[in-house]
Amino acid sequence: MTTTTPTAAAPKSSRPARHVVLTILRRPASAIAVAFIVLLVFLAIAGPFVSPHDPEAQNLGNRFAELSWTHLLGTDEFGRDVASRIIQASRIAVIAPLISVGVALLIGLPLGLWAGLRRGVVDAVAGRLADTILSLPALVGALAIVAVLGPGLVNAMLAVGIIFAPGLFRVVRGATLAVAEETFVDSAVAIGSSTRRTLWVHILPNIAAPLLVQVTILMGVALLAEASLSFIGLGVQPPDASWGSMLKSAYTNQFHSPFSVVPPGIAMVLTVLAFNTIGDSIRDAVGVRRRT
Amino acid sequence: MTAGPGQRSDAAEPLLSVEGLTIDLPGGVGQPGLVEDVTFEVRRGQAVALIGESGCGKSLTSMAILGLLPAAVRVAAGSIRFDGVDLLTCRRRELRRIRGGPVGMVFQEPMSSLNPTMTVGDQIAEVRRLHLGERRSVALKQAGQLLSRVGIPNAERRLGSYPHEMSGGMQQRVMIAAAIACDPKLLIADEPTTALDVTIQAEILELLRDLRRDLDLAVLLVTHDLGVVADFCDDVVVMYAGHMAERTPVDRLFYEPRHPYSSALLAAVPQAGRARTSLTVIPGRVPSAGQFPGGCRFEPRCEHSVDDVCRRPQADTTIGDGRRTRCGRVASGDLTLKGTVRG
Repeated sequence: MTTTTPTAAAPKSSRPARHVVLTILRRPASAIAVAFIVLLVFLAIAGPFVSPHDPEAQNLGNRFAELSWTHLLGTDEFGRDVASRIIQASRIAVIAPLISVGVALLIGLPLGLWAGLRRGVVDAVAGRLADTILSLPALVGALAIVAVLGPGLVNAMLAVGIIFAPGLFRVVRGATLAVAEETFVDSAVAIGSSTRRTLWVHILPNIAAPLLVQVTILMGVALLAEASLSFIGLGVQPPDASWGSMLKSAYTNQFHSPFSVVPPGIAMVLTVLAFNTIGDSIRDAVGVRRRT
Repeated sequence: MTAGPGQRSDAAEPLLSVEGLTIDLPGGVGQPGLVEDVTFEVRRGQAVALIGESGCGKSLTSMAILGLLPAAVRVAAGSIRFDGVDLLTCRRRELRRIRGGPVGMVFQEPMSSLNPTMTVGDQIAEVRRLHLGERRSVALKQAGQLLSRVGIPNAERRLGSYPHEMSGGMQQRVMIAAAIACDPKLLIADEPTTALDVTIQAEILELLRDLRRDLDLAVLLVTHDLGVVADFCDDVVVMYAGHMAERTPVDRLFYEPRHPYSSALLAAVPQAGRARTSLTVIPGRVPSAGQFPGGCRFEPRCEHSVDDVCRRPQADTTIGDGRRTRCGRVASGDLTLKGTVRG
């Protein structure tokens, strides 16, 4: 037995979650990405207070205005301020991924955990179902679901969530399978922990790393899916603004105003890039620090 | 419910009794069991060892008691009774009450037996929270006392440590603290010292011995170390290829083993003071399930085998003094084996 005791500071720095967050923020690229997402969330919440104009106020006398100090990004075909509409649409850009990834988590996480630990019927049925859904082209599947539910932001994102669920199920199930091999899962059962408790308390924290990576990357994909569905008119309905529907009207009017595809396009590219950068750095931060 | 919890056992009834336990792979029709017809009991405060080479079914037997068998295998026959409750047929809720409550379990690999994302304090406290419904703060205080009980210095401060910050010996102490958190009557220890280095092994055994004395704890020890058996246990169950080869009080094993496998194991123990001699080995290796011989399972490796008798399946026979053997020649008095210790 050692008689020397470790320094009191040791336990604090070893908190796994804190370590991961610090590693991510120390990297310039991911720090910028995090800052960008924070800005986006801020705009989504505070939009009405910071936007320069009413995003829905039309001014038909001032259609397709050039960039100016009054209209930073010009105006669209109804004379609405594009900058304000981008800000208004940022709310959708935050809500849409949250809904669809939330739905995917709600379906895929419990099923994946259960199937990974207990196998059996749940695994067999959910696995086949996942294979079936994954064999459909994602957007076509989403279109079919929207056709049933009817157009609208929430329905479109529900559809995207359902399409995401099998992939998430696979990731969760695979990670759970690996963790379930570890003796500490047996020892959790051996102290009387129920299956549900074992899954949430003992397995979930141990698969958090791959899960977080998958979730952040899915956020970006969800944003693109929302934009695609809004572009073809099945997502956000007018007069609400979404980057996808703005892109659509910019596309229709590109001969009057070639610049108007740029703001929603750039906003989308940056947001998806930010999500992917964060996803990558979570993976790196966790990957470097395996148990020694 | 088949076994009412009302039927409390009296003092004479063993704490744990395993009868005719048979474990097999479902679907493998006609395949012999991985474990067949294992019968033994553990009385209150008694220490019983399950010994044998790797792959003899010791661990499966110990896992079966708390229903921890892997999904691929199942208990095909037999019964396991603990303190008046039939563990194989009782409700899941009852089984959960027993796991970690009156029966604690310690596993072989301390480093993988602890959850890497939870502090050791929380992992010990969890047992008390689950079974006694204690609040986290109360349970953590108890966890601190348990940690110092198992010999971890600066226990209070160690509560917030993660398992990877501890050595293997410390981790095993934490496992033991969690296993005894609710004052169990029985501790199942599946090779608790195998993964540790020799000096730590001795410390852990010393700890288990103290706990046994202080808590009046019965222990079922799975091991392949005869030295541990000799100074720790009361009864021994020698397993070979899924069969119980011999069951005996521990002192008799060393004086007069009653199965050729037991005597071969005894002969293979390295002896101090006999320098420069080669170690005795048992030729061959344990057959894997599915390749068990049809007769006595030890026959191909047995130096005492006789063709006609040993090629037939052997019966588990009681031979007096509460001893049992699965060797027909020993049972019939045809064969007498010598121990390593002269009586």
